Amino acid sequence: MKTKTKNLIENIVHAIFLILGLVTVAAVLMITVYLIVSGIPAIREIGLTDFLFGKKWASTAATPSYGILPFILTSVYGTAGAICLGVPVGFMASVYLAKMARPRVRAVVVEAVSLLAGIPSVVYGLVGMMVLVPGIRKVFNVPDGASLLAAIIVLAIMILPSIIKVSMTSLEAVPKEYEDASLALGATPTETYFRVSVPAAKSGIAAAVVLGVGRAIGEAMAVMMVSGNAPNMPELFQSVRFLTTAVASEMSYSSGLQRQALFSIALVLFLFIMLINATLNFLLKRDKSNG
Amino acid sequence: MKKLISLVLAALMALTLFAACGKSNDDSKDNTDDTAEVTGTVSTDGSTSMEKVIMSLGESFQAEHKGITVGYNPTGSGSGITAVSEGRCDIGLASRALKDDEKAAGLKETVLALDGIAIIVNPENKVSDLTIEQIAKIYTGEITNWKDVGGDDAEIVLIGREAGSGTRDGFESITDTKDSCKYRQELTSTGDVITTVAGNPNAIGYASLASVKDTVKALSVNGVAPSEATVSDGSYEVQRPFVLVTKEGVELSKAAQLFFDYATSKDAAEVISAAGAVPVAK
Repeated sequence: MKTKTKNLIENIVHAIFLILGLVTVAAVLMITVYLIVSGIPAIREIGLTDFLFGKKWASTAATPSYGILPFILTSVYGTAGAICLGVPVGFMASVYLAKMARPRVRAVVVEAVSLLAGIPSVVYGLVGMMVLVPGIRKVFNVPDGASLLAAIIVLAIMILPSIIKVSMTSLEAVPKEYEDASLALGATPTETYFRVSVPAAKSGIAAAVVLGVGRAIGEAMAVMMVSGNAPNMPELFQSVRFLTTAVASEMSYSSGLQRQALFSIALVLFLFIMLINATLNFLLKRDKSNG
Repeated sequence: MKKLISLVLAALMALTLFAACGKSNDDSKDNTDDTAEVTGTVSTDGSTSMEKVIMSLGESFQAEHKGITVGYNPTGSGSGITAVSEGRCDIGLASRALKDDEKAAGLKETVLALDGIAIIVNPENKVSDLTIEQIAKIYTGEITNWKDVGGDDAEIVLIGREAGSGTRDGFESITDTKDSCKYRQELTSTGDVITTVAGNPNAIGYASLASVKDTVKALSVNGVAPSEATVSDGSYEVQRPFVLVTKEGVELSKAAQLFFDYATSKDAAEVISAAGAVPVAK
């Protein structure tokens, strides 16, 4: 009797956890299906090439045109720019923190990095809007500071925590024997870190970069507040609109084909992020089989 | 095992208790509806430009009707109109007149007030008066430098609202610049436009007159400064209606009807003008 009840309870608990686990799967499936179902009609109506490669977005004009090439390019350029600025800083910081920093310094800096990760994106946007945008206007002597450059700078700062934390973890996972061997052969500590530790942790660092890309391409709020939101082709000092902000800024007032087209933009963004996730998984798996 | 069963039973009993509570509450509400004290909520949904007006109307209304809560969901004119037609709110708020196809879909508009759209520039800007033609030329990119309209030699930075905004629609139809504005920035709220113009000496923007603060300078148009009086008599030309949207043939809830009557009554006129708009009920 006793074991039977025990088994019963065990089974019930098992079922409950299974259901809870399935909630996540169901949410992902639902969102995917919903996005595809609501994103496809507009692409059909507009035409895939006109939609993806059209250079003009005028969704409420008398003869509307729905070309999202400016948004795609802006998202790609913006993310690439953020990576160019953020990765060197983040990479160096993580090498320093994982290998060179004294414990006290390390504790303070790691705490600061965690804090940076916890700041809501709207705060990044607000500070960007109040400080960065007027700053760019004055420093570069352009008519208006809300531009791709402002967005790149904000994004670069926003992706720092994910890059630093993930690369730090993989650098710390490098077996100490590797470094000891290198030091024993007469290499200096710095040589050891860059010639031995970093190559050993390279797939983890690559994963950190991809994670940064994912965060940058998916960010909407902060970017919306500093980029100006005009649907121009990307230029460093021009006001631009990202894929995310294209959806966010027009959704509240949209209707009809315009709204469907916004869902299609979301679908394109979703595919981009899926691609990035797949890359991330691939890198992490390779990391595991190597390690 | 016994423990488990008793626990489940207890939980079940507790649940039924709540269910009973819920039911009796509903009953009592139905009863009170017939008496003088109406309780309930009025949900309004729509134009962000109408926030100040609706919030102040809601406050003064709730002071008189203690049992009624007036909710406001700032989503934008388009969303508000959709929300009414789908029955998701009692009263929709639109800062533009209804389009013909919206009226054909069974929606009814009641003009609550008039709102001037102020053309705003940075306080440092020397320009203080523009004609509608000049404004149109500036926004379509024919005039790109402030010196052409009597200001300093600096490039004009055009600030506007996102596609679908009631203010943008109002501004573009009044100035006849539909689809041809060359915006430098398209921002998603009136507050953002004001903040941005306040932060850039060469910017020009438009915003609801009710929300304009001292941080920016409101230009006079064709020599007429925007004010309640000039909007009301029609001499200030850049203006638009604030509209309450209801569904034709669908009766409002008692609470919503009370609020609707109050908002369109003479008593509310003072509240509306205190909120910066120009009431139509005289």
